[in-house]
Amino acid sequence: MSNVILLGTRKGTVIVDLNNNAWVPRPIQHAGIPVCYAARDPRDGTLWASLDHGHWGPKLSRSRDGGETWEDVLSLKYPEGARYIVKYLPTPDFDPEAPQKQPEYKDATVYKIWTMTFGPADKPGLLYAGTIPGGLFVSEDGGDSWELNRPLWNHESRGGDLFIGEATSENKWGGTPASIDYGVFEPGIHSILIDPRDAKHLYMAASSVGVMESLDGGQTWAGRNKGMLMDYLPNPEAEWGHDPHFIAACQSQPNCIWQQNHCGVFFSEDGAQTWRKVSVLEENVHFGFPIAADQNDGHTAWVVPARADSERMTIDGGLFVARTSDGGETWQSFRKGLPQENAYDIVLRHALDVAGDCLCFGSTTGNVYLSQDRGESWICVGSNFPPIYSVRFG
Amino acid sequence: MTSHLYRFFPVLEKREIKVNAKTVAEVLQEVNKIAPGFSDYIIDERGALRRHVNVCINDTFVVDRNTLSDCVNDGVTVFIFQALSGG
Repeated sequence: MSNVILLGTRKGTVIVDLNNNAWVPRPIQHAGIPVCYAARDPRDGTLWASLDHGHWGPKLSRSRDGGETWEDVLSLKYPEGARYIVKYLPTPDFDPEAPQKQPEYKDATVYKIWTMTFGPADKPGLLYAGTIPGGLFVSEDGGDSWELNRPLWNHESRGGDLFIGEATSENKWGGTPASIDYGVFEPGIHSILIDPRDAKHLYMAASSVGVMESLDGGQTWAGRNKGMLMDYLPNPEAEWGHDPHFIAACQSQPNCIWQQNHCGVFFSEDGAQTWRKVSVLEENVHFGFPIAADQNDGHTAWVVPARADSERMTIDGGLFVARTSDGGETWQSFRKGLPQENAYDIVLRHALDVAGDCLCFGSTTGNVYLSQDRGESWICVGSNFPPIYSVRFG
Repeated sequence: MTSHLYRFFPVLEKREIKVNAKTVAEVLQEVNKIAPGFSDYIIDERGALRRHVNVCINDTFVVDRNTLSDCVNDGVTVFIFQALSGG
């Protein structure tokens, strides 16, 4: 069992240690700075925090001494010439035909470093990061330098190679509401998966875009959204515009990939070549943000359901975790140890994690709950944290 | 400059910094030599002033937020401010 939990919160990084069977939070680090993602690289123990400075720009922070000291990592930047086609949040005076008439280009700058994924043990130093506005960055030296993955940035679904000229295709990528805080409406990459059998086999998911796969280490990418269904665009089976909130794969059976989507929970048993919807609104498993995949059993996953879309709160005031052990055919709801009255907790996409039989999640209400029996019962680790953006076992 | 930056760059604290520069962008480059990483806090990778940061030359806000090409004459003072809000 892991004995460390990292919390990324609106007011800093909180490291929670297991001491004598009690989970004890250390004094907050990066105090006052929003931290949208915090995690520990299992290969060398480096701690990473993605700082979402309100004033000073997004930055990575790195600790190589277990959280005693931290250093800025300022090298994740868009290269000169990186441009994208601007999206606009529809407003009453918005001309829906404007983007088709004349694409508007914008030089890319990092708004948010939304997620990080660590490479396999035999690729020391390999890191990936996903950003708003939709950049996948890779580092091969432990984060000292980063490079934008240009094949994904230049993909035909985004208008083609804008480094060399005008758009050669239409930009099909939508914006994420998570970008509105920055005064824009741009896509965001929040999930990056590496196939444990083959480090060149990658997946990424972006809000209002969908899932994409690369079989060659990121040199080429293709959409993987067959079987996905939308309920907010005219064509529910359109190739682009899907809204994965998070994707997770089983480490032992990597072809089993789970997706908590805006429009339900989806499951793939063939490495995202096809998806099928496995949630049932009537069973209260439908909307939510995070999803966790069991590390050994590809047919087991957990979600923290919420009421969509007008409320975005717990369902009927009670917080629960749902688990399936049969590939989404059926779901069990677990409530023991979780508040069942007057609970309004929302769990964001990076705020649920699993390690063996242990699960942990944190909410925007500042509560952190932990289970040591595969989600069936829960203890409260703390209830006065800042709003929580990410939870990761260390 | 706003005292909140001293937290990240204590080397700048309580100092009157004098630099030779012709533009605001050059001023930042010079300060960045004293406090490496400083300019990343003030401008983005395109050289544009960050959204909630403002710079004044004496009592005048800079005009060119995109490249900070505003001229600084001999003897002027450059101020760096931040918006303050939230909870």
